[in-house]
Amino acid sequence: MSDLLEYVQDRYAYWAIVLLMIIGLYGMLFKNNLHKKVVGMIIFQNSMILLFVTAAFKWDATVPVRDPEIDVQVVENYLNPLPHTLMLTAIVVGVAIVGVAFALLIKIYDNYGTIEEDELLNKLESPSPEDDGDCDTNDTQRSSSPKGGSA
Amino acid sequence: MNWVLEIFLDILLLTTAIVALQAKDLMTSAVATAAFGFTVALLFISMGAIDVGFTEAVVGAGIVGVFFVAAIYRTTRKTKD
Repeated sequence: MSDLLEYVQDRYAYWAIVLLMIIGLYGMLFKNNLHKKVVGMIIFQNSMILLFVTAAFKWDATVPVRDPEIDVQVVENYLNPLPHTLMLTAIVVGVAIVGVAFALLIKIYDNYGTIEEDELLNKLESPSPEDDGDCDTNDTQRSSSPKGGSA
Repeated sequence: MNWVLEIFLDILLLTTAIVALQAKDLMTSAVATAAFGFTVALLFISMGAIDVGFTEAVVGAGIVGVFFVAAIYRTTRKTKD
């Protein structure tokens, strides 16, 4: 029993990451608002990056920058920089994905006048020819959207 | 790595993640997302990944926040959940 407790306690960083992953997945699957789905995606991405950086951590090791006073030949003295470099690429790819997601979201709002998933599905199920014009007239908050102002 | 600091940052991380998902106002959600990104950056730096840390600070707290606020201004601020 104490072995099991020690096993759980030693890996506290991983448990926080697993909880974060569950929160991100919940946000992506069960949230109705498309902004909230993007937030869930950001949380999930960051939890994956955090998992790899945590896996690269060693106790009593220093940052992967060469110090003349610390022996480079001994592996235990320095962290392994390879997972860090890979995760640097993942962060850059992640911000590109978030940018494309927000661009798609703005286009969806311009076409359908809503970013709630259930209203969006209703409008997709019953496409009427004057649907586009209908959206424009009954959506009063649209007048404050910068579509008119930015032109 | 100080384990007290790390547990504090982990709790802050979970709190900001839940606030970002449950907020009724999307601007609150944007600010909580930026705070989440900065906490992740602090956690990276505490684990010795300095290069990943400052990239994440620029991206997570800066660019994603700006994108989010820009998207809110072009769409709507209210949400049902």
